[in-house]
Amino acid sequence: MSTDQTEGTHKKPTEPIQAVPVRHPGRWIGVGVIAIFAAMFVNSLLTNPNWGWPLIGEWIFSPPILKGVGVTLLLTFLAMLLGLALGVLIAIMRLSPNPVMSGSAWVFVWVFRGTPVYVQLFLWGSIIALYQRISLGIPFGPEMISFDTKTLIPAFVAALLGLGLNEAAYMSEIVRAGILSVDEGQEEAATALGMSRLQTLRHIVLPQAMRVIVPPTGNETISMLKTTSLVIAIPLTTELFFQAQVIGNRLFQPFPMAIMASIWYLALTSVLMVGQYYIERYYAKGAMRELPPTPIQKLKARLGRGGDDE
Amino acid sequence: MSRKDDLLVKPKPDVMVEAVEVHKSFGRNEVLKGINFEVKTGEVACIIGPSGGGKSTFLRCINHLEKIDAGQLSVAGELIGYKLKGEKLHEMKDKEVAAQRRSIGMVFQRFNLFPHMTAAENVMAGPVVVQRRNKNEVRDRAQELLTKVGLGDRGNAYPMQLSGGQQQRVAIARALAMDPELMLFDEPTSALDPELVGDVLDVMRQLAQSGMTMVVVTHEIGFAREVGDTLGFIADGVVADFGPPKELLANPNSERLKAFLAKVL
Ligand SMILES: Nc1ncnc2c1ncn2[C@@H]1O[C@H](COP(=O)(O)OP(=O)(O)OP(=O)(O)O)[C@@H](O)[C@H]1O
Ligand SMILES: [Mg+2]
Repeated sequence: MSTDQTEGTHKKPTEPIQAVPVRHPGRWIGVGVIAIFAAMFVNSLLTNPNWGWPLIGEWIFSPPILKGVGVTLLLTFLAMLLGLALGVLIAIMRLSPNPVMSGSAWVFVWVFRGTPVYVQLFLWGSIIALYQRISLGIPFGPEMISFDTKTLIPAFVAALLGLGLNEAAYMSEIVRAGILSVDEGQEEAATALGMSRLQTLRHIVLPQAMRVIVPPTGNETISMLKTTSLVIAIPLTTELFFQAQVIGNRLFQPFPMAIMASIWYLALTSVLMVGQYYIERYYAKGAMRELPPTPIQKLKARLGRGGDDE
Repeated sequence: MSRKDDLLVKPKPDVMVEAVEVHKSFGRNEVLKGINFEVKTGEVACIIGPSGGGKSTFLRCINHLEKIDAGQLSVAGELIGYKLKGEKLHEMKDKEVAAQRRSIGMVFQRFNLFPHMTAAENVMAGPVVVQRRNKNEVRDRAQELLTKVGLGDRGNAYPMQLSGGQQQRVAIARALAMDPELMLFDEPTSALDPELVGDVLDVMRQLAQSGMTMVVVTHEIGFAREVGDTLGFIADGVVADFGPPKELLANPNSERLKAFLAKVL
Protein backbone atom coordinates (compact mmCIF):
# COMPACT_ATOMS: atom_id res chain seq x y z
CA MET A 1 0.00 0.00 0.00
CA SER A 2 1.30 3.43 -0.76
CA THR A 3 0.45 6.19 1.67
CA ASP A 4 0.01 9.03 -0.82
CA GLN A 5 -3.54 7.84 -1.62
CA THR A 6 -6.33 9.16 0.52
CA GLU A 7 -8.00 6.51 2.64
CA GLY A 8 -11.50 5.65 1.61
CA THR A 9 -11.39 7.08 -1.90
CA HIS A 10 -13.15 4.56 -4.05
CA LYS A 11 -12.25 4.71 -7.69
CA LYS A 12 -12.61 1.78 -10.06
CA PRO A 13 -13.79 -1.71 -9.02
CA THR A 14 -10.55 -3.20 -10.36
CA GLU A 15 -8.37 -1.19 -7.99
CA PRO A 16 -7.35 -2.53 -4.56
CA ILE A 17 -9.92 -1.58 -1.90
CA GLN A 18 -8.90 1.43 0.21
CA ALA A 19 -11.56 1.25 2.92
CA VAL A 20 -11.63 3.21 6.17
CA PRO A 21 -10.75 0.70 8.94
CA VAL A 22 -13.21 0.15 11.80
CA ARG A 23 -12.37 2.39 14.79
CA HIS A 24 -11.97 0.80 18.23
CA PRO A 25 -12.32 3.52 20.91
CA GLY A 26 -12.54 0.90 23.72
CA ARG A 27 -9.09 -0.40 22.84
CA TRP A 28 -7.58 3.06 23.11
CA ILE A 29 -9.05 3.55 26.59
CA GLY A 30 -7.55 0.15 27.61
CA VAL A 31 -4.17 1.13 26.22
CA GLY A 32 -4.31 4.39 28.17
CA VAL A 33 -5.10 2.64 31.48
CA ILE A 34 -2.31 0.10 30.97
CA ALA A 35 0.14 2.88 30.09
CA ILE A 36 -0.66 4.75 33.32
CA PHE A 37 -0.16 1.65 35.49
CA ALA A 38 3.06 0.75 33.66
CA ALA A 39 4.42 4.24 34.21
CA MET A 40 3.59 4.08 37.94
CA PHE A 41 5.28 0.70 38.24
CA VAL A 42 8.44 1.77 36.41
CA ASN A 43 8.56 4.91 38.54
CA SER A 44 8.42 2.81 41.71
CA LEU A 45 11.04 0.41 40.36
CA LEU A 46 13.44 3.28 39.78
CA THR A 47 12.77 5.44 42.83
CA ASN A 48 11.98 3.02 45.69
CA PRO A 49 15.31 1.98 47.25
CA ASN A 50 13.83 -1.27 48.67
CA TRP A 51 14.24 -2.93 45.27
CA GLY A 52 17.95 -2.77 45.91
CA TRP A 53 19.06 -2.41 42.30
CA PRO A 54 22.68 -1.52 43.15
CA LEU A 55 22.89 -4.68 45.29
CA ILE A 56 21.44 -6.81 42.50
CA GLY A 57 23.92 -5.30 40.07
CA GLU A 58 26.71 -6.07 42.47
CA TRP A 59 25.81 -9.74 42.96
CA ILE A 60 24.10 -10.86 39.76
CA PHE A 61 27.37 -11.98 38.14
CA SER A 62 29.13 -13.04 41.34
CA PRO A 63 30.83 -16.47 41.32
CA PRO A 64 28.36 -18.31 43.63
CA ILE A 65 25.38 -17.06 41.60
CA LEU A 66 27.01 -17.92 38.28
CA LYS A 67 27.82 -21.36 39.62
CA GLY A 68 24.20 -21.66 40.81
CA VAL A 69 23.02 -20.78 37.29
CA GLY A 70 25.33 -23.46 35.93
CA VAL A 71 24.05 -26.12 38.33
CA THR A 72 20.43 -25.15 37.61
CA LEU A 73 21.00 -25.37 33.86
CA LEU A 74 22.88 -28.65 34.06
CA LEU A 75 20.24 -30.15 36.32
CA THR A 76 17.45 -28.96 34.01
CA PHE A 77 19.17 -30.37 30.95
CA LEU A 78 20.08 -33.76 32.43
CA ALA A 79 16.75 -34.24 34.21
CA MET A 80 14.87 -33.48 31.00
CA LEU A 81 17.11 -35.86 29.09
CA LEU A 82 16.46 -38.62 31.61
CA GLY A 83 12.76 -37.76 31.68
CA LEU A 84 12.49 -37.83 27.90
CA ALA A 85 14.41 -41.10 27.41
CA LEU A 86 12.58 -42.87 30.20
CA GLY A 87 9.29 -41.24 29.17
CA VAL A 88 9.58 -42.66 25.63
CA LEU A 89 10.37 -46.10 27.04
CA ILE A 90 7.41 -46.00 29.43
CA ALA A 91 5.08 -44.72 26.71
CA ILE A 92 6.10 -47.64 24.49
CA MET A 93 5.61 -50.07 27.37
CA ARG A 94 2.21 -48.51 28.07
CA LEU A 95 1.14 -49.19 24.47
CA SER A 96 2.48 -52.75 24.49
CA PRO A 97 -0.06 -55.55 24.09
CA ASN A 98 1.72 -57.40 26.91
CA PRO A 99 -0.25 -56.71 30.13
CA VAL A 100 2.84 -57.00 32.37
CA MET A 101 4.57 -54.29 30.31
CA SER A 102 1.62 -51.93 30.15
CA GLY A 103 0.70 -52.65 33.78
CA SER A 104 4.11 -51.80 35.20
CA ALA A 105 4.25 -48.65 33.07
CA TRP A 106 0.88 -47.65 34.47
CA VAL A 107 2.06 -48.20 38.05
CA PHE A 108 5.17 -46.09 37.43
CA VAL A 109 3.09 -43.18 36.17
CA TRP A 110 0.59 -43.64 38.99
CA VAL A 111 3.27 -43.40 41.69
CA PHE A 112 5.49 -40.67 40.27
CA ARG A 113 2.69 -38.45 39.03
CA GLY A 114 0.57 -39.01 42.11
CA THR A 115 3.04 -37.72 44.71
CA PRO A 116 4.49 -34.21 45.04
CA VAL A 117 7.90 -33.77 43.49
CA TYR A 118 9.09 -31.99 46.65
CA VAL A 119 8.26 -35.10 48.69
CA GLN A 120 9.97 -37.33 46.12
CA LEU A 121 13.11 -35.20 46.31
CA PHE A 122 13.05 -35.42 50.09
CA LEU A 123 12.73 -39.20 49.85
CA TRP A 124 15.67 -39.48 47.44
CA GLY A 125 17.68 -37.43 49.88
CA SER A 126 16.65 -39.73 52.71
CA ILE A 127 17.52 -42.83 50.72
CA ILE A 128 21.09 -41.58 50.63
CA ALA A 129 21.01 -41.23 54.38
CA LEU A 130 19.22 -44.57 54.81
CA TYR A 131 21.69 -46.59 52.80
CA GLN A 132 24.86 -44.99 53.99
CA ARG A 133 26.69 -47.97 52.63
CA ILE A 134 25.89 -50.28 49.77
CA SER A 135 27.67 -53.57 50.08
CA LEU A 136 28.08 -56.28 47.49
CA GLY A 137 28.50 -59.80 48.72
CA ILE A 138 26.63 -62.97 49.59
CA PRO A 139 23.32 -62.09 51.27
CA PHE A 140 23.74 -62.43 55.06
CA GLY A 141 27.27 -63.63 54.36
CA PRO A 142 30.60 -61.88 54.30
CA GLU A 143 30.73 -58.48 52.71
CA MET A 144 33.01 -58.30 49.72
CA ILE A 145 32.91 -54.78 48.40
CA SER A 146 31.19 -51.82 49.91
CA PHE A 147 30.60 -48.25 48.81
CA ASP A 148 29.90 -45.19 50.78
CA THR A 149 26.68 -43.89 49.22
CA LYS A 150 27.64 -40.37 50.22
CA THR A 151 30.21 -40.56 47.44
CA LEU A 152 28.35 -42.98 45.18
CA ILE A 153 25.09 -41.02 45.08
CA PRO A 154 26.02 -37.45 45.79
CA ALA A 155 23.23 -34.96 46.24
CA PHE A 156 23.39 -33.99 42.57
CA VAL A 157 22.61 -37.52 41.41
CA ALA A 158 19.78 -37.75 43.91
CA ALA A 159 18.38 -34.50 42.51
CA LEU A 160 18.74 -35.83 38.99
CA LEU A 161 16.92 -39.04 39.86
CA GLY A 162 14.18 -37.22 41.74
CA LEU A 163 13.51 -34.69 39.00
CA GLY A 164 14.13 -37.09 36.10
CA LEU A 165 11.86 -39.90 37.29
CA ASN A 166 9.08 -37.49 38.14
CA GLU A 167 9.47 -35.90 34.71
CA ALA A 168 9.42 -39.33 33.03
CA ALA A 169 5.93 -39.92 34.35
CA TYR A 170 4.67 -36.71 32.73
CA MET A 171 6.71 -37.14 29.57
CA SER A 172 5.42 -40.67 29.05
CA GLU A 173 1.86 -39.34 28.91
CA ILE A 174 2.92 -36.64 26.44
CA VAL A 175 4.77 -39.15 24.26
CA ARG A 176 1.87 -41.58 24.40
CA ALA A 177 -0.54 -38.89 23.23
CA GLY A 178 1.93 -38.10 20.44
CA ILE A 179 2.17 -41.70 19.29
CA LEU A 180 -1.60 -42.11 19.36
CA SER A 181 -2.00 -38.97 17.27
CA VAL A 182 -0.22 -40.56 14.30
CA ASP A 183 -2.56 -41.99 11.67
CA GLU A 184 -2.83 -45.79 11.79
CA GLY A 185 -2.24 -45.95 8.05
CA GLN A 186 1.34 -44.84 8.69
CA GLU A 187 2.16 -47.89 10.73
CA GLU A 188 0.39 -50.04 8.20
CA ALA A 189 2.37 -48.62 5.28
CA ALA A 190 5.65 -49.05 7.16
CA THR A 191 4.76 -52.61 8.12
CA ALA A 192 3.83 -53.42 4.54
CA LEU A 193 7.29 -52.23 3.46
CA GLY A 194 8.74 -54.86 5.77
CA MET A 195 9.75 -52.63 8.70
CA SER A 196 9.83 -54.18 12.14
CA ARG A 197 7.83 -52.73 15.02
CA LEU A 198 10.90 -50.92 16.32
CA GLN A 199 11.92 -49.56 12.91
CA THR A 200 8.37 -48.33 12.34
CA LEU A 201 8.40 -46.58 15.69
CA ARG A 202 11.79 -44.99 15.22
CA HIS A 203 11.61 -43.91 11.59
CA ILE A 204 7.91 -43.37 10.97
CA VAL A 205 5.80 -42.95 14.10
CA LEU A 206 8.04 -41.02 16.51
CA PRO A 207 9.20 -38.36 14.01
CA GLN A 208 5.54 -37.60 13.29
CA ALA A 209 4.59 -37.78 16.95
CA MET A 210 7.22 -35.09 17.63
CA ARG A 211 4.89 -32.43 16.30
CA VAL A 212 2.53 -33.22 19.15
CA ILE A 213 5.32 -33.96 21.65
CA VAL A 214 7.53 -30.88 21.22
CA PRO A 215 5.25 -28.01 22.35
CA PRO A 216 4.36 -29.55 25.74
CA THR A 217 7.99 -30.69 26.14
CA GLY A 218 9.03 -27.06 25.81
CA ASN A 219 6.62 -26.20 28.60
CA GLU A 220 7.97 -29.07 30.66
CA THR A 221 11.53 -27.81 30.21
CA ILE A 222 10.58 -24.32 31.32
CA SER A 223 8.72 -25.83 34.25
CA MET A 224 11.72 -28.03 35.08
CA LEU A 225 14.04 -25.03 35.15
CA LYS A 226 11.87 -23.55 37.89
CA THR A 227 11.31 -26.85 39.72
CA THR A 228 15.06 -27.19 40.25
CA SER A 229 14.62 -24.57 42.97
CA LEU A 230 13.03 -27.35 45.08
CA VAL A 231 16.13 -29.56 45.28
CA ILE A 232 16.90 -28.02 48.66
CA ALA A 233 14.61 -30.85 49.88
CA ILE A 234 17.48 -33.30 49.25
CA PRO A 235 19.37 -31.07 50.23
CA LEU A 236 21.34 -29.89 47.22
CA THR A 237 22.61 -26.42 48.02
CA THR A 238 24.57 -25.30 44.97
CA GLU A 239 21.51 -24.45 42.86
CA LEU A 240 20.63 -20.85 41.94
CA PHE A 241 17.77 -19.94 44.25
CA PHE A 242 19.34 -21.37 47.39
CA GLN A 243 22.57 -19.54 46.65
CA ALA A 244 20.61 -16.31 46.20
CA GLN A 245 18.89 -16.92 49.54
CA VAL A 246 22.18 -17.60 51.30
CA ILE A 247 23.59 -14.31 50.09
CA GLY A 248 20.31 -12.51 50.84
CA ASN A 249 20.24 -13.79 54.42
CA ARG A 250 23.87 -12.93 54.98
CA LEU A 251 23.28 -9.36 53.81
CA PHE A 252 19.87 -9.11 55.54
CA GLN A 253 18.52 -8.29 52.07
CA PRO A 254 16.52 -11.39 50.99
CA PHE A 255 14.11 -9.45 48.76
CA PRO A 256 16.58 -8.00 46.22
CA MET A 257 18.34 -11.35 46.00
CA ALA A 258 15.05 -13.13 45.22
CA ILE A 259 14.41 -10.52 42.53
CA MET A 260 17.89 -11.20 41.21
CA ALA A 261 17.15 -14.94 41.04
CA SER A 262 13.88 -14.17 39.24
CA ILE A 263 15.75 -12.10 36.67
CA TRP A 264 18.00 -15.07 35.99
CA TYR A 265 15.07 -17.48 35.71
CA LEU A 266 13.28 -15.09 33.38
CA ALA A 267 16.37 -14.70 31.20
CA LEU A 268 16.88 -18.47 30.99
CA THR A 269 13.24 -19.28 30.22
CA SER A 270 13.30 -16.59 27.51
CA VAL A 271 16.22 -18.33 25.84
CA LEU A 272 14.36 -21.65 26.11
CA MET A 273 11.29 -20.11 24.48
CA VAL A 274 13.32 -19.03 21.47
CA GLY A 275 14.78 -22.52 21.22
CA GLN A 276 11.31 -24.03 21.45
CA TYR A 277 10.11 -21.85 18.58
CA TYR A 278 12.80 -23.14 16.24
CA ILE A 279 12.42 -26.79 17.28
CA GLU A 280 8.65 -26.65 16.71
CA ARG A 281 9.30 -25.14 13.31
CA TYR A 282 11.67 -27.95 12.45
CA TYR A 283 9.15 -30.66 13.25
CA ALA A 284 6.37 -28.89 11.36
CA LYS A 285 8.17 -30.02 8.20
CA GLY A 286 5.74 -31.77 5.89
CA ALA A 287 2.75 -30.79 8.00
CA MET A 288 2.49 -27.36 6.41
CA ARG A 289 2.75 -26.63 2.71
CA GLU A 290 5.13 -23.80 3.42
CA LEU A 291 6.75 -22.82 6.70
CA PRO A 292 6.00 -19.26 7.78
CA PRO A 293 9.10 -17.03 7.92
CA THR A 294 10.89 -16.68 11.24
CA PRO A 295 10.88 -13.24 12.91
CA ILE A 296 14.50 -12.80 11.80
CA GLN A 297 13.64 -13.70 8.21
CA LYS A 298 10.75 -11.23 8.32
CA LEU A 299 13.06 -8.52 9.61
CA LYS A 300 15.65 -9.25 6.95
CA ALA A 301 13.01 -9.21 4.23
CA ARG A 302 11.79 -5.82 5.44
CA LEU A 303 15.24 -4.30 5.70
CA GLY A 304 16.31 -5.83 2.41
CA ARG A 305 13.45 -4.23 0.53
CA GLY A 306 13.81 -0.91 2.30
CA GLY A 307 10.60 -1.32 4.27
CA ASP A 308 8.54 -1.70 1.08
CA ASP A 309 5.31 -3.60 1.57
CA GLU A 310 4.60 -6.31 -0.96
CA MET B 1 -11.17 -81.40 4.90
CA SER B 2 -8.89 -81.67 7.87
CA ARG B 3 -6.02 -79.30 8.42
CA LYS B 4 -3.53 -81.95 7.35
CA ASP B 5 -5.30 -82.55 4.07
CA ASP B 6 -5.34 -78.81 3.41
CA LEU B 7 -1.64 -78.70 3.72
CA LEU B 8 -1.30 -81.30 1.03
CA VAL B 9 -2.23 -78.60 -1.47
CA LYS B 10 1.21 -78.36 -3.03
CA PRO B 11 2.37 -75.06 -4.48
CA LYS B 12 2.50 -75.02 -8.25
CA PRO B 13 5.58 -73.42 -9.79
CA ASP B 14 3.80 -70.82 -11.91
CA VAL B 15 1.38 -69.69 -9.18
CA MET B 16 2.15 -66.50 -7.26
CA VAL B 17 -0.82 -66.31 -4.90
CA GLU B 18 -2.78 -69.32 -3.82
CA ALA B 19 -5.64 -69.10 -1.35
CA VAL B 20 -7.44 -72.26 -0.31
CA GLU B 21 -10.50 -72.01 1.90
CA VAL B 22 -9.24 -68.89 3.69
CA HIS B 23 -11.30 -67.92 6.74
CA LYS B 24 -11.04 -64.77 8.81
CA SER B 25 -13.20 -63.46 11.63
CA PHE B 26 -13.12 -60.24 13.63
CA GLY B 27 -14.50 -61.33 16.96
CA ARG B 28 -17.74 -63.09 16.08
CA ASN B 29 -18.05 -61.41 12.71
CA GLU B 30 -16.88 -63.88 10.08
CA VAL B 31 -15.65 -61.72 7.23
CA LEU B 32 -13.94 -64.28 4.99
CA LYS B 33 -15.87 -67.53 4.72
CA GLY B 34 -13.63 -69.72 2.64
CA ILE B 35 -11.90 -67.76 -0.10
CA ASN B 36 -10.43 -69.75 -2.97
CA PHE B 37 -8.31 -67.70 -5.29
CA GLU B 38 -5.35 -68.19 -7.56
CA VAL B 39 -3.09 -65.68 -9.29
CA LYS B 40 -0.51 -66.98 -11.75
CA THR B 41 2.89 -65.36 -11.98
CA GLY B 42 2.81 -62.36 -14.30
CA GLU B 43 -0.97 -62.09 -14.22
CA VAL B 44 -3.12 -59.16 -13.20
CA ALA B 45 -6.01 -60.29 -11.03
CA CYS B 46 -8.74 -57.75 -10.40
CA ILE B 47 -11.23 -58.00 -7.56
CA ILE B 48 -14.57 -56.25 -7.48
CA GLY B 49 -17.46 -56.54 -5.10
CA PRO B 50 -19.87 -54.74 -2.80
CA SER B 51 -18.68 -52.68 0.15
CA GLY B 52 -18.03 -54.75 3.26
CA GLY B 53 -17.70 -57.94 1.24
CA GLY B 54 -14.18 -58.60 2.50
CA LYS B 55 -12.02 -57.43 -0.41
CA SER B 56 -9.66 -55.32 1.70
CA THR B 57 -9.50 -57.97 4.39
CA PHE B 58 -8.47 -60.61 1.86
CA LEU B 59 -5.80 -58.32 0.40
CA ARG B 60 -4.46 -57.59 3.88
CA CYS B 61 -4.30 -61.31 4.61
CA ILE B 62 -2.05 -61.80 1.59
CA ASN B 63 0.76 -59.82 3.23
CA HIS B 64 -0.21 -60.86 6.73
CA LEU B 65 -1.45 -57.50 7.94
CA GLU B 66 -4.28 -59.75 9.14
CA LYS B 67 -3.80 -63.26 10.41
CA ILE B 68 -5.99 -65.93 8.84
CA ASP B 69 -7.96 -68.29 11.10
CA ALA B 70 -8.24 -71.28 8.82
CA GLY B 71 -7.27 -72.38 5.35
CA GLN B 72 -4.03 -71.90 3.53
CA LEU B 73 -2.51 -68.88 1.90
CA SER B 74 0.78 -68.92 0.06
CA VAL B 75 2.78 -66.47 -2.01
CA ALA B 76 5.41 -67.76 -4.41
CA GLY B 77 5.08 -71.20 -2.89
CA GLU B 78 5.68 -70.02 0.67
CA LEU B 79 3.00 -70.14 3.35
CA ILE B 80 2.28 -66.65 4.66
CA GLY B 81 2.80 -66.22 8.39
CA TYR B 82 3.25 -69.90 9.15
CA LYS B 83 5.93 -72.51 8.78
CA LEU B 84 5.36 -76.19 8.28
CA LYS B 85 7.56 -78.22 10.62
CA GLY B 86 6.86 -81.92 10.29
CA GLU B 87 3.10 -81.98 10.19
CA LYS B 88 2.53 -78.99 12.42
CA LEU B 89 2.10 -75.32 11.59
CA HIS B 90 4.22 -72.91 13.57
CA GLU B 91 3.57 -69.20 13.74
CA MET B 92 6.38 -67.19 12.23
CA LYS B 93 8.34 -64.70 14.30
CA ASP B 94 7.75 -61.02 13.56
CA LYS B 95 11.11 -60.85 11.84
CA GLU B 96 10.27 -63.70 9.47
CA VAL B 97 6.91 -62.18 8.63
CA ALA B 98 8.60 -58.84 7.95
CA ALA B 99 11.03 -60.61 5.63
CA GLN B 100 8.13 -62.14 3.70
CA ARG B 101 6.42 -58.78 3.33
CA ARG B 102 9.47 -57.33 1.60
CA SER B 103 8.69 -59.20 -1.58
CA ILE B 104 5.08 -57.98 -1.54
CA GLY B 105 4.34 -54.34 -2.30
CA MET B 106 1.13 -52.72 -1.17
CA VAL B 107 -0.65 -49.55 -2.29
CA PHE B 108 -3.42 -48.13 -0.15
CA GLN B 109 -6.60 -46.25 -0.90
CA ARG B 110 -5.47 -43.30 1.18
CA PHE B 111 -1.84 -43.37 -0.09
CA ASN B 112 -0.33 -43.38 3.44
CA LEU B 113 2.81 -41.60 2.32
CA PHE B 114 5.12 -40.59 5.15
CA PRO B 115 4.34 -36.88 5.51
CA HIS B 116 7.63 -35.95 7.19
CA MET B 117 9.66 -37.20 4.24
CA THR B 118 9.98 -35.82 0.72
CA ALA B 119 8.74 -37.87 -2.21
CA ALA B 120 12.27 -39.16 -2.85
CA GLU B 121 12.79 -39.99 0.84
CA ASN B 122 9.50 -41.90 0.82
CA VAL B 123 10.75 -43.99 -2.07
CA MET B 124 14.09 -44.56 -0.34
CA ALA B 125 12.51 -45.42 3.04
CA GLY B 126 12.20 -49.13 2.34
CA PRO B 127 15.72 -49.74 1.02
CA VAL B 128 17.33 -47.45 3.63
CA VAL B 129 15.47 -48.58 6.75
CA VAL B 130 14.64 -52.18 5.93
CA GLN B 131 17.57 -53.23 3.77
CA ARG B 132 19.95 -50.84 5.58
CA ARG B 133 21.37 -49.58 2.34
CA ASN B 134 23.29 -46.37 1.94
CA LYS B 135 21.19 -43.31 1.06
CA ASN B 136 23.49 -42.18 -1.73
CA GLU B 137 23.44 -45.63 -3.17
CA VAL B 138 19.65 -45.77 -3.50
CA ARG B 139 19.10 -42.14 -4.50
CA ASP B 140 19.59 -42.81 -8.23
CA ARG B 141 17.21 -45.72 -8.12
CA ALA B 142 14.59 -43.59 -6.34
CA GLN B 143 14.95 -40.93 -9.01
CA GLU B 144 14.56 -43.58 -11.69
CA LEU B 145 11.37 -44.88 -10.08
CA LEU B 146 9.93 -41.39 -9.67
CA THR B 147 10.65 -40.73 -13.34
CA LYS B 148 8.93 -43.97 -14.21
CA VAL B 149 5.72 -42.83 -12.48
CA GLY B 150 6.01 -39.42 -14.17
CA LEU B 151 7.27 -37.44 -11.17
CA GLY B 152 10.97 -37.16 -11.93
CA ASP B 153 10.94 -33.45 -11.09
CA ARG B 154 8.99 -33.66 -7.82
CA GLY B 155 11.47 -35.64 -5.72
CA ASN B 156 11.98 -32.80 -3.25
CA ALA B 157 8.29 -32.12 -2.67
CA TYR B 158 6.60 -33.18 0.56
CA PRO B 159 3.40 -35.24 0.21
CA MET B 160 1.33 -32.23 1.35
CA GLN B 161 2.60 -30.33 -1.66
CA LEU B 162 1.45 -32.99 -4.13
CA SER B 163 -1.98 -33.72 -5.57
CA GLY B 164 -3.73 -36.94 -4.61
CA GLY B 165 -2.88 -38.54 -7.94
CA GLN B 166 0.78 -37.58 -7.58
CA GLN B 167 0.85 -38.92 -4.02
CA GLN B 168 -0.56 -42.24 -5.15
CA ARG B 169 2.08 -42.52 -7.86
CA VAL B 170 4.79 -41.82 -5.28
CA ALA B 171 3.23 -44.57 -3.16
CA ILE B 172 3.52 -46.95 -6.10
CA ALA B 173 7.17 -45.98 -6.58
CA ARG B 174 7.77 -46.48 -2.85
CA ALA B 175 6.42 -50.03 -3.04
CA LEU B 176 8.42 -50.77 -6.19
CA ALA B 177 11.65 -49.67 -4.49
CA MET B 178 11.68 -52.94 -2.56
CA ASP B 179 11.70 -54.87 -5.86
CA PRO B 180 8.58 -56.84 -4.99
CA GLU B 181 7.50 -59.90 -6.93
CA LEU B 182 3.87 -59.15 -6.19
CA MET B 183 1.97 -55.87 -5.93
CA LEU B 184 -1.30 -55.45 -4.04
CA PHE B 185 -3.56 -52.46 -4.76
CA ASP B 186 -6.51 -51.65 -2.50
CA GLU B 187 -8.80 -49.30 -4.40
CA PRO B 188 -5.86 -47.12 -5.45
CA THR B 189 -8.00 -44.58 -7.29
CA SER B 190 -11.15 -44.30 -5.21
CA ALA B 191 -9.87 -41.41 -3.09
CA LEU B 192 -8.96 -39.41 -6.21
CA ASP B 193 -10.72 -36.69 -8.12
CA PRO B 194 -11.95 -38.16 -11.45
CA GLU B 195 -9.47 -36.21 -13.56
CA LEU B 196 -6.53 -37.62 -11.58
CA VAL B 197 -7.56 -41.27 -11.87
CA GLY B 198 -6.19 -41.66 -15.39
CA ASP B 199 -2.55 -40.92 -14.48
CA VAL B 200 -2.54 -43.54 -11.75
CA LEU B 201 -4.20 -46.15 -13.92
CA ASP B 202 -1.65 -45.42 -16.67
CA VAL B 203 1.19 -46.18 -14.27
CA MET B 204 -0.53 -49.41 -13.20
CA ARG B 205 -1.11 -50.38 -16.82
CA GLN B 206 2.59 -49.86 -17.57
CA LEU B 207 3.50 -51.94 -14.56
CA ALA B 208 1.23 -54.74 -15.73
CA GLN B 209 2.83 -54.64 -19.19
CA SER B 210 6.26 -54.95 -17.62
CA GLY B 211 5.18 -58.36 -16.31
CA MET B 212 4.49 -57.53 -12.66
CA THR B 213 2.09 -59.85 -10.87
CA MET B 214 -0.70 -57.72 -9.45
CA VAL B 215 -3.83 -58.11 -7.36
CA VAL B 216 -6.02 -55.04 -7.77
CA VAL B 217 -9.16 -54.32 -5.78
CA THR B 218 -10.93 -51.68 -7.82
CA HIS B 219 -14.17 -50.03 -8.78
CA GLU B 220 -12.75 -49.16 -12.20
CA ILE B 221 -14.56 -51.78 -14.24
CA GLY B 222 -12.99 -50.42 -17.43
CA PHE B 223 -9.50 -51.01 -16.05
CA ALA B 224 -10.44 -54.54 -14.94
CA ARG B 225 -11.80 -55.36 -18.35
CA GLU B 226 -8.85 -53.95 -20.23
CA VAL B 227 -5.86 -54.84 -18.07
CA GLY B 228 -7.06 -57.75 -15.94
CA ASP B 229 -6.23 -61.32 -16.84
CA THR B 230 -8.73 -62.62 -14.33
CA LEU B 231 -11.58 -61.07 -12.42
CA GLY B 232 -12.88 -62.18 -9.03
CA PHE B 233 -16.15 -61.04 -7.56
CA ILE B 234 -15.99 -61.12 -3.75
CA ALA B 235 -19.26 -60.81 -1.88
CA ASP B 236 -20.20 -61.93 1.60
CA GLY B 237 -16.77 -63.34 2.27
CA VAL B 238 -16.55 -65.71 -0.68
CA VAL B 239 -15.41 -65.50 -4.28
CA ALA B 240 -18.89 -65.56 -5.73
CA ASP B 241 -17.80 -65.42 -9.34
CA PHE B 242 -14.52 -65.78 -11.19
CA GLY B 243 -13.28 -65.76 -14.76
CA PRO B 244 -11.66 -63.80 -17.57
CA PRO B 245 -12.93 -60.23 -17.18
CA LYS B 246 -14.33 -59.69 -20.66
CA GLU B 247 -16.43 -62.85 -20.59
CA LEU B 248 -17.46 -62.46 -16.96
CA LEU B 249 -18.56 -58.86 -17.40
CA ALA B 250 -20.47 -59.68 -20.58
CA ASN B 251 -22.10 -62.83 -19.20
CA PRO B 252 -22.00 -62.98 -15.40
CA ASN B 253 -22.47 -66.53 -14.13
CA SER B 254 -24.11 -65.55 -10.86
CA GLU B 255 -27.21 -63.53 -10.15
CA ARG B 256 -25.31 -61.57 -7.51
CA LEU B 257 -22.71 -60.32 -9.96
CA LYS B 258 -25.48 -59.46 -12.42
CA ALA B 259 -27.19 -57.37 -9.76
CA PHE B 260 -23.89 -55.75 -8.71
CA LEU B 261 -22.96 -54.84 -12.28
CA ALA B 262 -26.41 -53.45 -12.93
CA LYS B 263 -25.78 -51.05 -10.06
CA VAL B 264 -22.24 -49.93 -10.88
CA LEU B 265 -22.27 -49.83 -14.66
N1 LIG C 1 -9.95 -54.49 11.92
C1 LIG C 1 -11.25 -54.84 11.87
N2 LIG C 1 -11.93 -55.09 13.00
C2 LIG C 1 -13.24 -55.44 12.96
N3 LIG C 1 -13.94 -55.56 11.83
C3 LIG C 1 -13.33 -55.32 10.67
C4 LIG C 1 -11.96 -54.94 10.62
N4 LIG C 1 -11.60 -54.76 9.33
C5 LIG C 1 -12.71 -55.02 8.60
N5 LIG C 1 -13.74 -55.36 9.40
C6 LIG C 1 -15.10 -55.74 8.93
O1 LIG C 1 -14.95 -56.68 7.93
C7 LIG C 1 -15.93 -56.50 6.92
C8 LIG C 1 -15.26 -56.49 5.58
O2 LIG C 1 -14.47 -55.32 5.48
P1 LIG C 1 -13.53 -55.02 4.24
O3 LIG C 1 -12.83 -53.75 4.55
O4 LIG C 1 -12.71 -56.20 3.94
O5 LIG C 1 -14.59 -54.80 3.09
P2 LIG C 1 -14.35 -54.30 1.60
O6 LIG C 1 -14.89 -55.34 0.71
O7 LIG C 1 -12.94 -53.91 1.40
O8 LIG C 1 -15.28 -53.03 1.53
P3 LIG C 1 -15.03 -51.59 0.85
O9 LIG C 1 -15.39 -51.73 -0.60
O10 LIG C 1 -16.00 -50.70 1.56
O11 LIG C 1 -13.61 -51.21 1.07
C9 LIG C 1 -16.69 -55.24 7.26
O12 LIG C 1 -17.92 -55.62 7.80
C10 LIG C 1 -15.85 -54.58 8.30
O13 LIG C 1 -16.65 -53.93 9.23
MG1 LIG D 1 -11.90 -51.99 1.24
